[in-house]
Amino acid sequence: MTTNPTVQLQRAGARTLARLLLKTGVLFLILNLVFAWSNPLPALGRISAYNNLLPGRTRLPYGENPARAYNLSLYSLPAMLASHELAAAPVPVPASEFRVIVIGDSSVWGYLLPSADTLTAQLNRSNTTMPDGRLLRAYNLGYPVMSLTKDLLLLDMARSFTPDLVVWCVTLESFPTDKQLFPPLLQNNPDAVRALAARYALRTAVDDARFVQRDFLARTLLGQRRNLADLLRLQLYAPLWAATAIDQEIPETYVRRMEDLPADLTFAGFTPGTLTQQDLAFDVLAAGFEAARPAELLLVNEPMFVSAGANSNLRYNFFYPRWAYDQYRSWLADAARENNWRYVDWWDAVAAAEFTDSAVHMSPAGTGQLANKLAAAIIAAAASPH
Amino acid sequence: MTLVQVVALAALAAAARFSGSLERPAVRTWILCLSSALVLFLLQPVTGVRQLDYWLPLGTLLMCAAVWFITRPAAQGLAREDTVTATAVAALCIAVSLTRYLAPELRFSTGRAPPSEIVALVLAIFAGLMALTLRHKGRDLGSLPAVLAVLALFILLKTDALATLAGSAVRGLTGQDTTLASSSDLRWLGFSYIAFRLLHALFEFRNGKMPALTLREFLAWVIFFPALVAGPIDRAARFSQDLRAPLAPADADLRAGIGRIASGLAKKFVVADSLALFCLNEMNAAQVNSTVWLWILLYAYALRLYLDFSGYTDLAIGIGNLFGVRLPENFNAPYLKPNLTQFWNSWHMSLAQWFRAHFFNPATRALRASPRNLPPALIILITQLATMLLIGAWHGLSAGFLIWGFWHGAGLFVHNRWAEWMRPRMAALAPTPRTAHVLQVAGAVLTFHYVALGWVWFAIASPQLSWSVMLRLWALA
Repeated sequence: MTTNPTVQLQRAGARTLARLLLKTGVLFLILNLVFAWSNPLPALGRISAYNNLLPGRTRLPYGENPARAYNLSLYSLPAMLASHELAAAPVPVPASEFRVIVIGDSSVWGYLLPSADTLTAQLNRSNTTMPDGRLLRAYNLGYPVMSLTKDLLLLDMARSFTPDLVVWCVTLESFPTDKQLFPPLLQNNPDAVRALAARYALRTAVDDARFVQRDFLARTLLGQRRNLADLLRLQLYAPLWAATAIDQEIPETYVRRMEDLPADLTFAGFTPGTLTQQDLAFDVLAAGFEAARPAELLLVNEPMFVSAGANSNLRYNFFYPRWAYDQYRSWLADAARENNWRYVDWWDAVAAAEFTDSAVHMSPAGTGQLANKLAAAIIAAAASPH
Repeated sequence: MTLVQVVALAALAAAARFSGSLERPAVRTWILCLSSALVLFLLQPVTGVRQLDYWLPLGTLLMCAAVWFITRPAAQGLAREDTVTATAVAALCIAVSLTRYLAPELRFSTGRAPPSEIVALVLAIFAGLMALTLRHKGRDLGSLPAVLAVLALFILLKTDALATLAGSAVRGLTGQDTTLASSSDLRWLGFSYIAFRLLHALFEFRNGKMPALTLREFLAWVIFFPALVAGPIDRAARFSQDLRAPLAPADADLRAGIGRIASGLAKKFVVADSLALFCLNEMNAAQVNSTVWLWILLYAYALRLYLDFSGYTDLAIGIGNLFGVRLPENFNAPYLKPNLTQFWNSWHMSLAQWFRAHFFNPATRALRASPRNLPPALIILITQLATMLLIGAWHGLSAGFLIWGFWHGAGLFVHNRWAEWMRPRMAALAPTPRTAHVLQVAGAVLTFHYVALGWVWFAIASPQLSWSVMLRLWALA
């Protein structure tokens, strides 16, 4: 045994370091195991600065450039809903309120629209009064990806807020069955989607390869660090949302929707004569009507840009060849009639000039036109319930 | 620095400490010198100009070597030890350039290094120039031109328009599109701190106070990697004492070091980076109209700046501890100080001390000795304003930083006059301890808000926007 004091001190230091590393390692391991075992992310997602310390968001969190939009896309459905103003809506609905929840794609969410100009914002601004004197109050549960299953998932979440009416804005692009699980939001919430599929007997494959299945390591604190950071970032953007009401970066210039179209007759891989009703997710549509009960559901075939440019005799716009869209409208109208669905077809209700960067995104004025029509349809629905 | 880089460097320091290799001062200096040189290359950010991420760290090393050459004891030749160090550092530079042939993730430079023969040629030319100066042993080999050269380079890099112009010139030399030039083309890792250490060496040499350092010690001091990114700016004499002194017990260094590193990680990567998401910046300053929210964003900025900077300092001091180097403190609860003078004695202390030693004190002495017999108040006004303007310019030669410097210079002058005026009155009042405490707290609140309002000029590049924020903060616009 050495008596050299320097060596002894050196060894003492090494022992301290070893003890420190061991304790840190054990603590880290325990923390990871507990995290993986308890899966606290959904519970953590429900803890929110929104609606408690600061105002809730008027649309669901979604952002491609968080630093400029003060918003971000995340996969935690509880966190998304907890940040939404709907989470603070009183249940039961106050006697003076006619509660409407609007679901749909980016046109409902309001892509390229400030939060004050979205469809629901304009509906609320209209101060529409129902025949029974209640004031219309609309909530925006649109989300900027096209999938009816995604809409159904959000509608299912919103049921507990007991809306008087659900408005579901749809377009053909959300219908193809093989596109239903395309959104990462669905792929990262496999249990919720499977539960929906089971409850409403959807044709969604429970073992679809696109579902993200987390193994044990991916469920640990280490594996979930990205999702955890997203929860924190969503909260940290709350002050800037409250201070600016900005939740989207809207560029001053953007590429306009395509006027001259390719001479292409295919839609989602289908050529004329090959598309069948089975290729479209009408089962999800029917499930939506079931999920909305006891509230009524107003189905809206949303307005789209109708081109007058090159090859417009073949296609309506970049999304749709005429044959596919006409067929879809016909099937949708038939299904509504057969099932006694409340349905309005407003496919050409907004002038071409009011479409911005895509065939379904509208300017504030175009959205205003839709809001006016929708307000009238909501009043009609309230006056004559099915 | 990223979290991974910090943790890796701290682990490297701990491993070196407990391997026993730092026990002998000579070996410790070797390790610090070579590892810091390597970290220079590893941490240098990629720039828009090809291979500049190699040439800039190499430029740092050559500048350090040149200044060391100039500031050596005048009569001293080139010791064998220094030749060995120069050869080892040159070999390291060539070795780093040789990694250009490896896969990107295995390279020691962030981009692809230039061919090794070109690097060798540059090093040979530099060595030749240094060898030529050996003939003039015993004479000042150009400390004044060196001061001017470092200052000129500093001004070039800190002035947006000049840096863009230089970026364009460098792009032209490398055959790249000059229209894409920007000031970020010359993002030079740690230059602000390295330049001020080199200037310190040159000033100390001219004053006859520069300690005799070997090339190895000099390099270890100037490019000491924990203090590369955010200081502190240590003095050569103090740093070299640590290098030559026996190591303190590892146990004590470990406790102190790990504690500071943990504190730094929490401050920088948890709190400051979170506050960064919603603190005042150029973009939200134009978007927020509410007075209350502007104050909240400003408070968040003030906290973020302090925690970010002092977090980096904690990391530097903590990693330094593991190497047995006690870097000076840079912060001492600055936002709790009851007046602006005390704030500047506790905020970025090493920079403030640098300016005090190399500008404020000499300038004050010179003005006092002036035959014009200037009034003391005027001397204080001139020196404090000039010092703070220079500190502002150190952050960047832009209107915002200069106004920020003026803001603090004016504040320091006003506080100085106020303190002079109050001193006899306070003595006459003889306040009770309770009253004195209330005054202290009131002073701290007032000082914090004065400093926070100053950050508006610092955070926002456009003075027009800063002025608009100032008005909105007081609901005047």
